[in-house]
Amino acid sequence: MTIDMSQFYQVFFDEADELLAEMEKLLLALDVSAPDSEDLNAIFRAAHSIKGGAATFAFNDITEVTHMLESLLDRIRKGEMALTPEHVDAFLVSKDVLTMQMDGHHHGSSVDQDAVDNVCQRLKALSQGIVADAPAAAAAPAMPPEPVQSAAAPVADADGNFSFRIELPEVPQRDVDALAAELGLLGTISQEILDDKRVVFTLATPETQDNIVAICSFVLDPDDLRITHAGASQTAAQGDSGYGIFEPEKVDAASQPAAATVESPKPGQPATAASAPAAEAKNLGRRATDKEGSNQESSSIRVGVEKVDQLINLVGELVITQAMIEQRIGALDPLHHERLLNSASQLARNTRDLQEAVMSIRMMPMDYVFSRFPRMVRDLAGKLGKKVEFVTRGAATELDKGLIERIVDPLTHLVRNSVDHGIEMPEKRRASGKNESGKLTLSAAHQGGNIVIEVSDDGGGLSRDRILAKAKQQGLPVSDTMPDLDVWQLIFAPGFSTAEVVTDVSGRGVGMDVVKRNITAMGGTVEIRSVPGAGTTIAISLPLTLAILDGMSVKVGEEVYILPLGYVIESLQPVAIDVKEIAGEGKVVKVREEYLPLIPLYQIFAIEPNFTDPSQGIIVILESDGKKAALLVDSLVGQQQVVVKNLESNFRKVAGISGATILGDGGVSLILDVSALLRSSHQLYADPIYS
Amino acid sequence: MSYTTQTQTSVQEAGESAGNEFLAFTLGREEYGIDILRVQEIRGYEPVTRIANAPDFIKGVVNLRGTIVPVVDMRIKFNLGTPTYDQFTVVIILSIAGRVVGMVVDSVSDVMTLTPEQIKPAPEIGTTFDTDYLIGLGTLGERMLILVDIDKLMSSAEMGLIEKMAA
Repeated sequence: MTIDMSQFYQVFFDEADELLAEMEKLLLALDVSAPDSEDLNAIFRAAHSIKGGAATFAFNDITEVTHMLESLLDRIRKGEMALTPEHVDAFLVSKDVLTMQMDGHHHGSSVDQDAVDNVCQRLKALSQGIVADAPAAAAAPAMPPEPVQSAAAPVADADGNFSFRIELPEVPQRDVDALAAELGLLGTISQEILDDKRVVFTLATPETQDNIVAICSFVLDPDDLRITHAGASQTAAQGDSGYGIFEPEKVDAASQPAAATVESPKPGQPATAASAPAAEAKNLGRRATDKEGSNQESSSIRVGVEKVDQLINLVGELVITQAMIEQRIGALDPLHHERLLNSASQLARNTRDLQEAVMSIRMMPMDYVFSRFPRMVRDLAGKLGKKVEFVTRGAATELDKGLIERIVDPLTHLVRNSVDHGIEMPEKRRASGKNESGKLTLSAAHQGGNIVIEVSDDGGGLSRDRILAKAKQQGLPVSDTMPDLDVWQLIFAPGFSTAEVVTDVSGRGVGMDVVKRNITAMGGTVEIRSVPGAGTTIAISLPLTLAILDGMSVKVGEEVYILPLGYVIESLQPVAIDVKEIAGEGKVVKVREEYLPLIPLYQIFAIEPNFTDPSQGIIVILESDGKKAALLVDSLVGQQQVVVKNLESNFRKVAGISGATILGDGGVSLILDVSALLRSSHQLYADPIYS
Repeated sequence: MSYTTQTQTSVQEAGESAGNEFLAFTLGREEYGIDILRVQEIRGYEPVTRIANAPDFIKGVVNLRGTIVPVVDMRIKFNLGTPTYDQFTVVIILSIAGRVVGMVVDSVSDVMTLTPEQIKPAPEIGTTFDTDYLIGLGTLGERMLILVDIDKLMSSAEMGLIEKMAA
C-alpha cells in the first residue's frame, strides 16, 4: 500500500494553526502569579497535539521544539517549577518559531535556524532552572517600539507652506502632466525623473497631505503613492498601511528604519520584541515570502459543522418539496403541460445532484484516518527497536467528516501508546513464547447503533498493580479491590502515566487524558479490555448520530421501520411446517437446519399487523454479536441509504430503537436497534419497552 | 408604551417569569396561557410516526424541517375535550431548554399581556394541572386564563419527554 502523506498535510497545518492560535490566546491571558491549572493543561495539550501530528508527518524540527516546550510545561503543570514571566515570554517566542517552521513546511518559506536554536537553548535553560540569559531578559519587557510617526508636526516654511515629496508609480506621461497641472494649483511644483523613469514631484503648498492624496486618487491608486515630507526618510512611506503613515515623519526616524517598518503581527505582544534584532531583519525577508504563500493557499476552507448540518437539513427539505411537486404534476396531462413536466424533471435531477454533493461533504471512509498510521507505526517501531505488524479492518466504514477529523488525535495517541507501551521488545516476546513481531490491529465497524473503533495489540497488557500503585502515589481515591474495568479507567486521569521513562513518543500520561476528553466531547465512550500477557484492546464507541446507514425498510401493518442492512443476512417466507412453538418460550423457525427464535415485531411494538402467521408474512434473518434470530414482518419495502437522526436530541432513548430518519415523503421512520432486539427479545415481551 | 415598560420592570422586581405576554389556547372548555417566549411556531397537525409502547399522550414524532420532534397531546394527557385530528387541530411548537417539542391543543386564540396584578395565585384545587406546574390564574375582563409553567411541565418526569440522568 502506498500512501501519499502530503494529502494530509493540509489537515495538519490547519489543526496546528488553530492549536497555536489557541495556545497564544491562553498564554496571553495567563495570570503569571496564579496560573489556572486548567489553562496550563490546555496549553500543554496543545503542544502535545502539535508534537504528535508533527511526528506523524516526520517534521522533526517541529517535534524537537514542541518536545522541549512540552517538557518545560509539564514541570510547571505538575507544580515542580513556578511560572514566571520569563517562561511565558519563552513560550510565546517558541510559538512564533513554530509558526515559522510550520510556514517553512507549508509554503517552503525560509526558516531562520538561528531563531530556532535560540529558542531551544532558552527553553532548555529554563527547564534547567536558569533564569533567561541577559540579552533575552533585557529584550523581553521592551514593547515593540511605537510606530515613530505623527510625533512631530511638519515644519512649515516662512510662507506657511509645507514641502512634500511625492513619488509616483510608473504611469503614462499623459497622467503625469495632468497631475502636475492639478497639483500646480495648490502651490509651487517642480518635477524630476528618477533612474527607473518614475516621476517625483516636489510640492510646496499650504494644503494638507490628505488633499494631495485626494487629488492624486483621481488619476492613480493612492496606495501606490509615496508621499513624504521633503527630506524625510522614504522608508516611512509604505503604501499599504493606510493614511496614517503619510504624515510627514521626523527625520531621526531614518536612523532606526527596522523599528519603523517591522510591523509586529500582534501589536502589543512582547514576544516579537524579545527576539534578537538580527532575527528581525531576517524576518523581513520571511514575511515577503509569506505573502506569496498565502496567495496560493485556501484550496480548502474549514466550515462549522452546524453550517453543514443546516445545509443538509435544508437540502433534505428541498428534496421532499420536490417530491411533492412531482406528485402533484404527475396528475397533469403530459400533452398540455409538456414544458412544465420537462422543467420538473430537470428540477428533480438538479435536486438529486445537489443532495449528493451536500452529503458528500460530510461522509468519508475511515481509510482517511487509518492510512496515516502504517508509516507512523513503522517509524515508531524502528525507533524503539520493536517489530510490529499493522493490520486495519473496516477501512471502508463511512464516518461523518466531523467525527473523522476529531477521531484522528485520539487514535494517534492510542496507536503510539500501543506501540510504545503495549507491544514488548522482540526478546521479551520470544521469552514469553509469542511471535517476535507484535500485532497491532485497527478496526472500525457499525455495532448496535454505534460505530466502534478498536485499537488492539497482543502485547503485555496493562499492569493492575502498577496502575494502582501509581494512582495511590498521585493521591487518587483507589482501593485494591476495585474491579478491573475501573482500574483501567484510571489511566485516563490527567497526568497519569506508568511508563518509567518519558520519551518523546509517549509516557507523560497526557495522551490518555486527551483521548478521553476528545471522545467524551463527541458523545462517545472509551472502554479498555486488557489481559496480562495477552494484550490490550481499547474500544472507542461513537454514537451513530451523524452516520449514514444502508437500511432495509420493512412494513408491519401501516408502520415502516428501517433495519440496518449490516445485520440482515437474508429474508424469506417460511413454510408453515418449519415454524414450531415452544411452550411458554414463543416460536422458533427452522432455517437451513438451524432453529432460530422468532421475534414478531408486531408483538414487541404492539402494532396491528396484516399477518400474524409467519408463513404469510416475511421473516428477516438478523445476526448480531454471533446471535441469530428471525424477525417477523409483513413485507419488505426496499433498500435505501438513510441519514440517521438522533431521537434523543429532542426526545429520549426508546428501547429497541437506535434512531430515526426522514423518508422521501417527509415522514419519519424509526431505525431498529437490532442488537438490542436480539439481546433482549425475551425481556421485551415481558416488560414494556417504554419504561 | 410607558405602561408596558412599567409592567416589565415590576414583573422583574417581583421575581416572576421574565415574559408577561402569554399565548392563550384552549383545551376542552378551559383556557390556558403559556409564556409566548417559549413558543417557536404554530402549525397544523400532521400525521406522526408512532413510538411503540409510549404512553397514549405521546402521539409520536414528526419531521420539523429535518429535526425529529416529539408531539404530545395535552387533551389526552389531561383528559380534556375529545382528541380529534382534522385540519383545524393545532400544534404549538415549543422550544424548551434547547429541546423542541410539539404540543397538540384544541385551538389557539390570541396573545395577551398581563400585569402582575392580573395574575392571581392558583388555588390548590380546581384545575387538572398539578399546582406545581402553574404560575397562577390570569384574569382579563371576563376571561380567565390558567397560566402554565411550561418549562417545568415539559421537563417533568410525569411527561417522560426527557430522560433523567439516572435512568
